[in-house]
Amino acid sequence: MSNFGFTIKKTRSFNLSQADLRMANRLLEEVPSYRKCIGCGGCAATCSARQFTDFDIRKVHNTFRRGQYDKLADELRKCMLCGKCTLVCPRGVNLRSLIINMRQLLTPSNETF
Amino acid sequence: MANFHPFVVPFVLGTIGLFVICGYKYVRWIKQFDRKQQALIRKNMFSTKILPAIWEMFCECLLHLRISKKNWRLGYMHRSIAFGWFLLIVVGAIESRIGIKGPFHFWCAIFYRFFHHNIPANGTEMFFTQLMDLILLYVLSGIFLAMLKKIHSRILGMKRTTKHTIMDTTVKISLWAIFPLRLLSESVTARLYANGGFLTQSIGDLFSRPVAEFLELPLWSLYSIALCVFFLMMPFTRYMHIFTEVFLIYFRKLGLRDSVKMTGYTKYELSACSRCGMCIDRCPLYNTLDINDVQSVYLLRNLRNLEHHQDILAAGKNCLMCHQCAEDCPVNIDLMSIRRISRDKGDTDMADNYRYLDPVKGFNAIGRVAYFGGCMTQLTPTISESMKTIFDAAGVKYWHLDGDRAICCGRPLMQQGFNKQAADLRRKITELIGSCNATALVTSCPICYNTFKHEYNLTIPVYHHTEYIDSLIKSGKLSVKQSDTTFTFHDPCDLGRGCGIYDQPRAVLKAVGQLKKVSAEKENSVCCGMNLGNTVLSLEQQTKLRDASLKVLTEPNPDVVVTACPMCKKAFRHGTEVNVKDIAEVVAEEIKK
Ligand code: SF4
Ligand code: SF4
Ligand code: SF4
Ligand code: SF4
Ligand code: SF4
Repeated sequence: MSNFGFTIKKTRSFNLSQADLRMANRLLEEVPSYRKCIGCGGCAATCSARQFTDFDIRKVHNTFRRGQYDKLADELRKCMLCGKCTLVCPRGVNLRSLIINMRQLLTPSNETF
Repeated sequence: MANFHPFVVPFVLGTIGLFVICGYKYVRWIKQFDRKQQALIRKNMFSTKILPAIWEMFCECLLHLRISKKNWRLGYMHRSIAFGWFLLIVVGAIESRIGIKGPFHFWCAIFYRFFHHNIPANGTEMFFTQLMDLILLYVLSGIFLAMLKKIHSRILGMKRTTKHTIMDTTVKISLWAIFPLRLLSESVTARLYANGGFLTQSIGDLFSRPVAEFLELPLWSLYSIALCVFFLMMPFTRYMHIFTEVFLIYFRKLGLRDSVKMTGYTKYELSACSRCGMCIDRCPLYNTLDINDVQSVYLLRNLRNLEHHQDILAAGKNCLMCHQCAEDCPVNIDLMSIRRISRDKGDTDMADNYRYLDPVKGFNAIGRVAYFGGCMTQLTPTISESMKTIFDAAGVKYWHLDGDRAICCGRPLMQQGFNKQAADLRRKITELIGSCNATALVTSCPICYNTFKHEYNLTIPVYHHTEYIDSLIKSGKLSVKQSDTTFTFHDPCDLGRGCGIYDQPRAVLKAVGQLKKVSAEKENSVCCGMNLGNTVLSLEQQTKLRDASLKVLTEPNPDVVVTACPMCKKAFRHGTEVNVKDIAEVVAEEIKK
């Protein structure tokens, strides 16, 4: 088989009707541009962190959006917040804002004020 | 009691209150200094650094020279009130020491003319009387301008004045009342005892004797009350800046700086802000997007009062960190650090998040220059290719440190308040650079450059590529041709205002072509809107900011708009018909073969 430089992911399944979408909906409120995401994966393809480790930002925001929050907090910490993903996104999704908001929803920080 | 009258009581109480409250606050803040700041104070408290501090206090707290440099009318207004009032106190103290007979109390200096009536028409005392009238006139001219500014800020060359709270407005009215009341009281007394100078005597003579007799006590009492109100409200309002700036200048000269968390030093900075509003006028968010509640003056006020928790968080988020306000602040408050403090995310997440960088081994680059393009340069590969062409042409051996794998310098994390994480990242990069034995670090991204310069302690010199190319041309290692192409240059925020690099890119562009001036450049260059400091602006808003910046750059009809940051280049490229290039690309095209 010819090598196209990418692999096809295993299919995952979960029950959307049992998913808790509260945080996902909050995320959409905070970052309205995310509604325009088409899941193209451009963000993950350019990602700096991904050049070193298996971190897939598209997978992270996609699963978050579907209410599957398991292990995402740890995954998200790999991001360096460099912003390349925001710059390449063809739909103008503000990914840096998306990432910060996901981090804050998953691990609310103790702001000093 | 001689030389006493009940009307002085409000003034005396006000003065005592003022010193007690200020003293309490200042001591409390000093206790909140962090260890590093305390150590610096102990080390430098009585060193020679005090002398320049005193000089700066004189120039800034009294003469307001920095404001004058930016806007002479505003400078005159501040100077006449501050320096004039200072002179009134000092000269008044001398005058009353000479004149007062009998017991001397400190209020005698303030209400001198009420307690001292016989002034010989010639001699020292009359000289002081005339001098005091002149100084009072000087202060009044400033108060008059302040009133004009409230009515119409453009008269004083400002687009907008700060929106004040009720407290701030009340205390301002009491300040404005002090000097006209002093004028009237002294005038009325002059009518009765002929002890006035050219100003007070002429105004006093307009009153009839019975009217003057009737008004004398009420006017002196009102003057005393106005002083009392002002003194008691001062520590809780923006006028706290009058004393606080003195301390801030002292601490700054001792070497104290903001930390990443709120410290006592930050508290001094917050209170040293006079809410003059000079940070509003050139803020791109205000100028282009009409957003008028996030500017530094409001952030500082909210942080100081700590009453609008949500406002602080919201205002803290929406800012480009373009350094413009920090550049314009006449008190030199470190506004970018305070913005970061307001975004501090706390220390909940203590794990080392970037363990995946550990196995990244340095290349042995002895005798070579390490070239760090920066993440964004990965998205604009022509910049790094041009740099390689330049290195080769100049015979410089280099190692492209982040060619296929980009490590972020950590600034974006830091700007968003993830301080612990940014520190982890910095440690990894320091190790990596330390292990490769390179002779210097050259970067193409101003954001990285600013970070390497100010947040890292690297043992090798760091250059931005504009600086580096400039030195290559100056030393003759790189020969370039001068073409007829015309350029305008955009000063990226982090390179210009952030690091003070203005001359090198201009020298380079003059060597390879014709550089045209633009209307807002160097310190006043307009942010391209893509600054990583902001995460909340929408794409439409960023586009508007970009267009405002491009309007300035394309005005003189250049052949090429040149920038020195991959981010600005990306921002501009789709916004104009004019060619947009990075300075490295321009130079690479003009190398003499
Ligand atoms: S690049 Fe943009 S549109 Fe594509 S998956 Fe990422 S966020 Fe969605
Ligand atoms: S910001 Fe994070 S997710 Fe986006 S490219 Fe950089 S490392 Fe990857
Ligand atoms: S931050 Fe500086 S420029 Fe802004 S209001 Fe305060 S003193 Fe003025
Ligand atoms: S840094 Fe720039 S955007 Fe932020 S408040 Fe200051 S001038 Fe405005
Ligand atoms: S500072 Fe910004 S542009 Fe520079 S390397 Fe880091 S993320 Fe990239």
